Amino acid sequence: MTTRIGVVTFPGSLDDTDALRAVRVAGGEPVALWHRETSLRQVDAVVLPGGFSYGDYLRCGAIARFSPVMETVVEQARAGLPVLGICNGFQVLCESHLLPGALTRNDHLHFVCRDQRLAVANAGTAWTRDYTEGQEITVPLKNGEGGYVADERTLDMLEAEGRVVLRYLGGNPNGSRRDIAGITNEAGNVVGLMPHPEHAVETLTGPTTDGLGFFTSALKTLVDAR
Amino acid sequence: MTLDTVKHATDTPQTAQPWAELGLKEDEYARIREILGRRPTGAELAMYSVMWSEHCSYKSSKVHLKQFGEKAPESDALLVGIGENAGVVDVGQGYAVTFKVESHNHPSYIEPYQGAATGIGGIVRDILAMGARPVAVMDPLRFGAADHPDTRRVLPGVVAGIGGYGNCLGLPNIGGEVVFDSCYQGNPLVNALCVGVMKHEDIHLAQASGTGNKVILYGARTGGDGIGGVSVLASETFDADDSAGASANRPAVQVGDPFQEKLLIECTLEIFREHLVAGIQDLGGAGLSCATSELASAGSGGMRVELDTVPLRDATLSPEEILMSESQERMCAVVEPGNVARFLEICEKWDVTATVIGEVTEGDRLEIFWHGEQIVDVPPRSVAHEGPTYHRPYARPDWQDALQADDAARLPRPATGDELRAQVLTLVGSPNQAAKSWITDQYDRYVLGNTVLAQPEDGGMIRVDEESNLGVAVATDGNGRYAKLDPYTGAQLALAESYRNVAATGATPLAVTDCLNFGSPEDPGAMWQFAEACRGLADACQVLGTPVTGGNVSLYNQTGDTAIHPTPVVGVLGVIDDVTRRTPMAFSQAGQLLYLLGDTGDELGGSAWSQAVHDHLGGLPPAVDLERERLLAQILVSASRDGMIDAAHDLSDGGFVQALAESCLRGGNGARIVVPDDLDPFVFLFSESAGRALVAVPRSEELRFTDMCGARGLPATRVGVVDGDAIDVQGQFSLPLAELRAAHEATLPGLFA
Repeated sequence: MTTRIGVVTFPGSLDDTDALRAVRVAGGEPVALWHRETSLRQVDAVVLPGGFSYGDYLRCGAIARFSPVMETVVEQARAGLPVLGICNGFQVLCESHLLPGALTRNDHLHFVCRDQRLAVANAGTAWTRDYTEGQEITVPLKNGEGGYVADERTLDMLEAEGRVVLRYLGGNPNGSRRDIAGITNEAGNVVGLMPHPEHAVETLTGPTTDGLGFFTSALKTLVDAR
Repeated sequence: MTLDTVKHATDTPQTAQPWAELGLKEDEYARIREILGRRPTGAELAMYSVMWSEHCSYKSSKVHLKQFGEKAPESDALLVGIGENAGVVDVGQGYAVTFKVESHNHPSYIEPYQGAATGIGGIVRDILAMGARPVAVMDPLRFGAADHPDTRRVLPGVVAGIGGYGNCLGLPNIGGEVVFDSCYQGNPLVNALCVGVMKHEDIHLAQASGTGNKVILYGARTGGDGIGGVSVLASETFDADDSAGASANRPAVQVGDPFQEKLLIECTLEIFREHLVAGIQDLGGAGLSCATSELASAGSGGMRVELDTVPLRDATLSPEEILMSESQERMCAVVEPGNVARFLEICEKWDVTATVIGEVTEGDRLEIFWHGEQIVDVPPRSVAHEGPTYHRPYARPDWQDALQADDAARLPRPATGDELRAQVLTLVGSPNQAAKSWITDQYDRYVLGNTVLAQPEDGGMIRVDEESNLGVAVATDGNGRYAKLDPYTGAQLALAESYRNVAATGATPLAVTDCLNFGSPEDPGAMWQFAEACRGLADACQVLGTPVTGGNVSLYNQTGDTAIHPTPVVGVLGVIDDVTRRTPMAFSQAGQLLYLLGDTGDELGGSAWSQAVHDHLGGLPPAVDLERERLLAQILVSASRDGMIDAAHDLSDGGFVQALAESCLRGGNGARIVVPDDLDPFVFLFSESAGRALVAVPRSEELRFTDMCGARGLPATRVGVVDGDAIDVQGQFSLPLAELRAAHEATLPGLFA
C-alpha cells in the first residue's frame, strides 16, 4: 500500500506542484487537496506549500487559516496527523496556533532567494528522522517575510524542549530570533520551516538533494505507524 | 453633461474635441472624421486616440518592421508568426513554446515599483492569451549612472516591483541583464520577457468569430488607473523638467495585483483545458478599446458591447474612461453560448469576477452601448489594424563620423603585469561587469521546480517535460554602446551574443524576439538609428536562420533633446533534447583544459574596458561574422550533446578575462593561463571580438574535441588549465580568487544595499 501525502492548494499557492513532485520523488503518492474542501481524502500526511495564499492580504497566512480545509487539518494535526508547513505553510501553521510564534518581514526588508546552509537540530520529528542531529544541509530559501519571532519565554521553551528543528548557518538571512529556521510542536508531528526542501530533491533543478529527507522521513514514520 | 451618443455626434458636427490632449495629430483627427463620415463621439475619439498611439499602432516603426517578415528565413519551427500576441515555436514532442519581450520603460521611470510590476503582468498575460502556461520570466534592465542619486530611487523600486509581482505569481526569474549608463538617466529601460509552454493543439488566437458567441470580460474590476498610458505616456518625449512631468503623469501608471493575476492564470488554464473559448485577448495597453477592436477586427463578424455591464472599481467612471482604462489583470474571451455556464463556473471556482459584456454580431461594425444608447459605431479594422503609417524622415546624424573616428586604439593601454592586474580588478568591479546577485537574489528562481539554469549563467534553461527531459533555453542581450557606434552592426551583435549564449548552454537556437528601445521618431537621427538597427537585425536573422516571432518597439526614450543610446534588446529561444546534457558556465573540475574558440582581434571600440577604465565611447564596434557564429554554435551544441565539454562561457563585454573570472568564481576554482604566442596580453585579455567562447574540456575528451574543431574549421586555442585558487596569467600577474570575488561582488551592495 502506498503512502498518500496531500498537498493543499490555496488561492495564491505557488510551490504546490513542487511539493507534489517531491512526494513522488520520495516514493509517496501525491494527492492534490483544494482549500474549499473539508475532506482530506484519506491522506496519511499533509504538506502546506509555499506561496502567497490569498495574496498575503492582512498578514501572511492569516486568511488561509480560516479556509475550510484548515478546519480538518488543525483537528487531525492535533490527533497526530503529520503536517509540514513550508514557508507560507509555516506562516499558516503559526496563524492556526499549531505552532507558536510568528513570521515577520525580513530585517533587511528585501525578498531573498539563495541556497541556504542549515543545521538539523532535531532529527526526531515525523519529518526529520531521516537526518542526523547536527547534520548540515543546503536547500533553497526564498521569502520576504521569514523572520521568526516569539517572546523570550517561548523561545526558551522551544530550546529547552528540543523543538527547534532547523537553524540557519553561515549568516542569518532574515533576522530570525536565535537563527531559527524551523520548529515543531510538542508531539513532533507538526513541523514548520521557512526554507524549501521541495526545491532540493533533484540535482538537475536544485542545489542539492538534501531536501528529500523531509519527505522520506514522513514516509518512514507512516510505514512504522502501520 | 449629455451623453455623446452617435446620434448626438452626427447632430453636432462643430463641437470642439480634445484630440490634441489625447495625443492625436490634426491630420489623424481629420482622418477619423473621414472614416466615420462625421465627428467621432467622445468614446470613439478615446478609442482611436489610444489605438492610434505610437505604442499600439507602430505608426512610425512599421515600415521598417516589415523587413522581419519579408526577410524571414524559412523555418519549420514557426507555428505562429508576427502579429499575434506572441509568436509560437515548435520544440518537438508535440510541445510548442511562446515567448516575447516587451517594454515598460516610461511607467517605470514615473513610478518604478508599479511600472516594473505591471510590465511583468502584461507580458505574462500576452503569453497566457496564446494558450500557454507561463513558465519563466527574465528582465533586461538599463539604468542611469550607478552612482547617480536618482538611480538609487529607480533601481531599488524596479527590482522590488519585478520581485514583488513575479515572485507572487510563482514564475521563476531565470536571467536578464542589468546595464548602467548615464544615457538612461531620464529614460531607464525596463523590458520584460516571458516564456510559455503548451501543446500544439492548445494554441489560441485573438479573434472573435461565430455570430451569437458571447464576449466575456473576466478578472479584475475596471478602475481609473492607467488611463492614457499608451498615448500620453509611452508615446511622448518627457519634458526636460522631469520632476513636473513625473507627478502629472503618475495616474497614467497602472497598479498591479499579482494575486489576482495568479488566479487569472490558473482560471484561464483550466478554461483552456476544457476547450471553452473560441478566441481570447488579454487587456493591456489601451484596455478594452484594444481588446474589443482587435478581437472584432481579426474575426469574421462584428461585435456589440454593453459597456455599462463592465464591473467597476469606481462607479463614477465615464464610458470614455472605461474604454481607455489600463487596469491590470483582465482578459476578454469569446465563448460559444453553450459553454458560458461552465466558463462562469470555473471563474467562480477561482474567485475571478466574470461578466458577459457583449456578443459577436453579423456584419462588420464594432458597436458599443451605454445604458441602451449607442456611443460607438466603427469599423473595427480602422481602429485596430488600419491606423496611420508614417514614413518618418531619417538621416545619419552629423556626429556619427566624428564618433567613429574617435578610435579606442588611441587610449593608453596597460604596459606591465601589475597594470594589467589593476585594470582587471577595475573591470570586474565596474558596475556593468560586477556580480548582479544583489538584484537577482531578490527574484525567485526555483519556483515550479523546472529551472535547470538561471542567472548568472549565459542563458536561462527550463525543463519542459519531466519524462523526456526536453527543455528550452532563453537569453537576452543588447549593447547600446555598440549600437551607438554603428546601429546596423550593434543590432547584429546583440543577436549574435544572445544566439551564442543560448548555444553555450547546449541548446540549439530557433527563434528571436526583440524589444527595440530608441529615441524620438520625430528626430531624423534617432529614426536613422532605428532603421539601421531593423535592417541589421533582419539581415542577421536571415543568415542565422532564426526568424523574429514578435516583440515590441519603444520609442520616445528621450529627455528633451537627449536620446538614449539606440538599444535593440534581442531574445533568442533555443531547444535542447535532454536538459541533463546542459553546459553550465562554472569551472568545477580542477585539471580540465581551457580552450578559447574563435579568433581574437584588436577590437576595443565600445568595449567594457574603454568604459570602465577610460569612460570612453568611440570608434567602431567589433566586426560581425555570422557564419562564424553559426559554426561556433554548432560546435558548442555538439560538444554538449556528446559530453566533450564540462563548461562553456561566451565571450562578450569585458572579453576573455571577464568570462574567465566569472567561470572561475562560479566554480570556486582558479586557472593557470598562458597568453597565446601571436597575441598581445592586453588584447588577449580585454578585446571584445565576437564569435568566441571559452570552454573547459576534460583531458580524456581533448583529442576528440580538437579533432572536431579542426575538421569543421573552428580555431581552438589551448590557453590554460583549471587549477588552484587564483587566476594566474603566466609572466603577467596572479590574482587570488578571494580578491577577485571581493572586487566583483561588493560593488552593487555598496551602491544600493
